[in-house]
Amino acid sequence: MGLKGQAYVVGAYEHPTRHAVDRSLGQLHADVAMGALQDAGLTVDDVDGYFCAGDVPGWESPGVGPLSVVEYLGLRLRHFDTSETWGSSYINHVEHAVQAIQAGKCRVALITQAGRPRAEKFSPVESHLKQTQSTAESPFELPYGPVVTNMYGMCAARHMYEYGTTAEQLAWIKVAASHHAQHNPNAMLPKVVTVEEVIASPIVSTPLHRLDCCVISDGGGALVIAHPDVARQLKRPLIRPIGSGFTVKHLNGGYFNILESGAVQTGKEAFAEAGVTPQDIQYASLYDSFTITVLIQLENLGFCEPGQGGRFVADGGLISGVGRLPFNTDGGGLCNNHPGNRGGMTKLIEAMRQLRGEAHPAVQVDNCTLALVHGTGGQLGARHGSATLILEREG
Amino acid sequence: MEHRIPTSPQPCPETQTFWQAANEDKLMIQRCLDTGKAFFYPREHSPFSGRNHCEWFEASGKGVIYSYSVMTRATPAYCIAYVELEEGPIILTNIMTDDFNQIKIGQSVKVVFVASDNGQKVPVFTPEFH
Repeated sequence: MGLKGQAYVVGAYEHPTRHAVDRSLGQLHADVAMGALQDAGLTVDDVDGYFCAGDVPGWESPGVGPLSVVEYLGLRLRHFDTSETWGSSYINHVEHAVQAIQAGKCRVALITQAGRPRAEKFSPVESHLKQTQSTAESPFELPYGPVVTNMYGMCAARHMYEYGTTAEQLAWIKVAASHHAQHNPNAMLPKVVTVEEVIASPIVSTPLHRLDCCVISDGGGALVIAHPDVARQLKRPLIRPIGSGFTVKHLNGGYFNILESGAVQTGKEAFAEAGVTPQDIQYASLYDSFTITVLIQLENLGFCEPGQGGRFVADGGLISGVGRLPFNTDGGGLCNNHPGNRGGMTKLIEAMRQLRGEAHPAVQVDNCTLALVHGTGGQLGARHGSATLILEREG
Repeated sequence: MEHRIPTSPQPCPETQTFWQAANEDKLMIQRCLDTGKAFFYPREHSPFSGRNHCEWFEASGKGVIYSYSVMTRATPAYCIAYVELEEGPIILTNIMTDDFNQIKIGQSVKVVFVASDNGQKVPVFTPEFH
């Protein structure tokens, strides 16, 4: 049985903070949980299913997984799920929640995500060096200093080599995000930038500039998914998942193309299940850890042919009201928020705003009824979780 | 020019053959005997057939740069790369050179072995000039 009509996304909330020096990680999870429930018109007592990933307090080995946060939030559950694929996890959670509701395992499912890397003075390089040595690939990779910036740098370098993509074309992705962020009072980088400013920012790892990277921010978000009987009693627009695809893309014994992410497969599956095509999508939330992440996903999901991403995004191609495909109209991870270094939840939330007609009027897509959310968790240039979800407003 | 010293790997018994060979300046990789394809990184079971039916052999140490990125802001700066070995698999490594500006995708490279922090040697690659 497909996803369509089995459950609805009834609540969504994004934490306004971008620097949570005065809030604990547990508080952030509670803030977003209560925010999303209030948005739906429900309370904690209604929740009987809970979904989270590795960003909850105390998760880390030999930690407590979801146990601590469930107690802290005071949840009384019949069902839970802790699928963990970094930033893409929450997109999987939506589908898992719909399946659980369909199977009668719960009626109201809560998904939370939060993080405070900025308050904790997170360093991407140190974080990587602390990475577990227990994985089979670690001895063959960690000696060489792979970090998130140089791994995505290799994706960009290969795209430029194969297709002649330019730094200016990549910069247009940041420019579009900044055009959207100027209307978001909570955005970390609300200033409109130009292609020239992106190119003039320092190189972090060739060929990527500082402004090709997303922000490091604190905050989080939550969603509430409900059984159709519950959803119809609430006073919110009916938004339903209608197609999804999930996979783990890996290096396949050394035979891979770093320009083909898991999105090639998960996009195809999600579109087939939903019965729509990329041309039907009115708004797209695309994972934007770096500008190159967006470019590769656009091609892999079928919004343009392989190698045409540079032309697709140039000259404002992604700016709402101007371009071919409005993307990340909250400013995305590139300009607004990338809480806890995980961008999947904020992508879902902005898609909800668009489908409800609650995005900022300057970026709202007219009568938006069909949106796509895509996340990459892990690293595009290596192994990663890939998650695609298509959402539709009913009626 | 100062080069980055690789972080020491923490090898496990499964891949001792690789690490012992590296200390003798040999690049040992595996081949799946069911498919005939060489693969990387080493492991007991073939990633193609799932069977414990693999053999070790010494790779030529030659390859071409598949992609690379120079961490210009690191001290010392270093170049991470994927190198496509002559035998087929693409592996993660560093390009060791005194001139990062000369590095190009598609360029021929050959393996050299350098000591990591604790002395265990690891394979890196250096441009081949003809």
